[in-house]
Amino acid sequence: METSSTSSGSAFSPLKLLRAVFIRVGVLPFFLATALVIFSLMSQAFLTTNNLINVGRQSVYLVLVSMGQMLVLISGGFDLSVGMVIALSSVVTAMTMVALMPMFPEAVWMVILIGALAGFLVAAMVGALNGIGVAIFGVSPFIMTLGVASAGAGLALFLTGGVPVSNLPTVFGDTFGFGRILNTPVPVIIAAIVAVLMWVYMSRMRPGAQIYAVGGNLKAANLSGIDTRRTLIRVYVMCALMAGLTGILLTARVETGDANMGSSMALESIAACVIAGVSLRGGIGRVENVVLGGIFIILVQNGMNLAQISSYMQMVLLGLLLILAVIFDQIRYRMIMGQR
Amino acid sequence: MAQPPLISTRALSKSYPGVKALDSVDFDLRAGEVHVLFGENGAGKSTLISLLAGANVPTSGEIRLRGDVVALNSVSDAQELGIYTVFQEFSLIPTMTVAENIFLGREPRIGPFIDHLKMRREAGRLLSERGFDIDPTLTVAQLTRAQQQMVEIAKAFHGDLSVLILDEPTASLSDKEVDNLFDFILRMKADGLGIIYISHRINEFARIAERVTVLRDGAKIDTVEMAATTDAALIEMMVGRAIADIYPTIAHNPGDVVLSMENLHAWGVHGVNLEIRRGEVLGVAGLVGSGKSRMFRAMMGLLPIQAGRVSLQGRDLTGLSTPQMMAAGLYYLTSDRKHEGLCLAASATENVSTDLMMGSCGNGLFIANGRIRQERARIFDHVELPERYRHKVTAQLSGGNQQKALFAKSFSHGSEIYIFDEPTVGVDMGTRAALYRLIGELAEAGKAVVVISSDLPEVMNIAHRLVVMAGGRVSAELQGDQIEESAILGHFFSETGTME
Repeated sequence: METSSTSSGSAFSPLKLLRAVFIRVGVLPFFLATALVIFSLMSQAFLTTNNLINVGRQSVYLVLVSMGQMLVLISGGFDLSVGMVIALSSVVTAMTMVALMPMFPEAVWMVILIGALAGFLVAAMVGALNGIGVAIFGVSPFIMTLGVASAGAGLALFLTGGVPVSNLPTVFGDTFGFGRILNTPVPVIIAAIVAVLMWVYMSRMRPGAQIYAVGGNLKAANLSGIDTRRTLIRVYVMCALMAGLTGILLTARVETGDANMGSSMALESIAACVIAGVSLRGGIGRVENVVLGGIFIILVQNGMNLAQISSYMQMVLLGLLLILAVIFDQIRYRMIMGQR
Repeated sequence: MAQPPLISTRALSKSYPGVKALDSVDFDLRAGEVHVLFGENGAGKSTLISLLAGANVPTSGEIRLRGDVVALNSVSDAQELGIYTVFQEFSLIPTMTVAENIFLGREPRIGPFIDHLKMRREAGRLLSERGFDIDPTLTVAQLTRAQQQMVEIAKAFHGDLSVLILDEPTASLSDKEVDNLFDFILRMKADGLGIIYISHRINEFARIAERVTVLRDGAKIDTVEMAATTDAALIEMMVGRAIADIYPTIAHNPGDVVLSMENLHAWGVHGVNLEIRRGEVLGVAGLVGSGKSRMFRAMMGLLPIQAGRVSLQGRDLTGLSTPQMMAAGLYYLTSDRKHEGLCLAASATENVSTDLMMGSCGNGLFIANGRIRQERARIFDHVELPERYRHKVTAQLSGGNQQKALFAKSFSHGSEIYIFDEPTVGVDMGTRAALYRLIGELAEAGKAVVVISSDLPEVMNIAHRLVVMAGGRVSAELQGDQIEESAILGHFFSETGTME
């Protein structure tokens, strides 16, 4: 009944404002404020310009993966294979470059380009596999991406024999790992461009809006004329491409292709999204908040490092943070639907 | 009255922040009577029964059971006192058996173990005593909706039941199933049970009810003896104005055949031939399971087509996907607005924008926000969805307003052929009249319109031509004066005997 929620919003009250912010944005502003207060109390080094710039630079990789994860979450699924895609694209990119270098020693940029394309290609293939499993065969996203994650991780280890791939072209690392344009790190520039494109895609373009509709109610989206299968496959491919991009950028940063890269990314990216107000039920989520969500996770890790919390304890806290965020997501969903 | 009524309320009120959902209602139910609650969606019927069921606590006023004031703080409180409510949404677990459902939470035991034998036997007894022919070992998911309702009702008879509350029990039943339910209600009435009955189907009241209480805007308008009133008087009380005619007169200018089905086969559809014309409302009647909805769902690409042909003015459309059928100019309005129609967590505005983006305001890569905004406002005005509900999450809207939002979606594609599947299910009379007007206007504008409905008066009154389905086939096609209740009912069963 529509009557019950016509809240008479005549008088201003801080509680109402907090509630409105919570319903609109989610739990992120509250978490962010809490984290800033706690960590600046625990360490003087935390709230310094240098440290915050550092956090920004480190956030790039998680932010990229989280934006991909966001697409899948909004469509009503989730992708546990993003970490594996990072590893696989890293290994494939690195191995391609290493194989091509002796053949075309003068054409370094072409080698880098082909290496990156190989990384993107393998990522897209993994994404297509996930998408086809979920959209065509109706496998639950959980099982599909979990299975694919195992298969891909095995493949990456098999390809390298577990040994990191080194001797990449030095320009690759110098440009995409440590390069700066106008004193801004190249990875930050790339992430910023991708974030802007993603924002345009999700809020101004029809294919983006279709993802919200599919996640909001798959059957209703179909009856609105949306090709839901194609939309789902596209979402998983785009998510994998974002992870692939992350894998390539990380490879440039550490100057090796590594099959163990990105293992914690699935959990961290889902945490970043949920904290940023992306609903696990699908249909709800905003790009700009997810960017902040990714930065928030790195900020917390950075704060915990400065406060000298052990990395094992950090894992415990991150897991608890995710569960807490999901609980708040449930509360928020009930508020949106109107309690009866 | 010598004996106090079974249940009575005095000045019963329920307020939510900013709104009075129920305003000082006096109500009473006698033993051995069926008392109907009648009113539009949002009139307070649901609030009143939620208070009697113990699901909500009143803000003020009192509830008396056989003359004694009682506090109903929870559903189980009410059940212990013999008040049982069968809500529209059943509280059954689809994966468990009928017996397990009936005994959920009070399983007979031998030591620590559940006594399955006794449970099955008792469940069978409970069902057969009510005249329900259901095997207690079946899982609930295997049952029809009518059978699930019987199980839900059987659950009520555990203890000493004195008040049974039925919330729109006939909303999704076929006429035969309704007959069975009414037989049951009449028997229970004879046993001295009091029944509170909520329904929009005014033509049912005379068959079972002694009295009717009409609610409007949370207040009681009047309680009348069924024998001393008329349908027209009740409707007038409900809406607060005379509705001369709920059903509009729709001009009939049949044009060309635009769409035809030839020998269409699908799951539950065994060879349907059908022609759909411009400028005409084609009604489709039939029992649940007659294939009346399935044949159109198959045509729209929602179910696989096994054989046959669908053509649009000579163009073969057989086996296209739903989006492709929509692009060809067809629109299917689902009978299940909650699961298939609306994104409930989004507002009407957002829901309709999706359709406009895919439909009449959609081409290119970017969203035409300006055009969508304009078109959306025009469509909302057209379907008469009040301004204040347009930006509200649709989960919070009444059934009538949700259905208006769904109709708004259907007008977003510039379609030529409209298939309305149960277009007024769970919708109040006032909204119904508005929806029938919209349907009529489409036909008068030369669109081809199909109305699939289990509500016989509805299809009889708005259809120019009526197809009756039975056993997955067309059992009759009636025109004009031939459209008459006994003729239709006869064809409901006409072919089922010879079919598999």
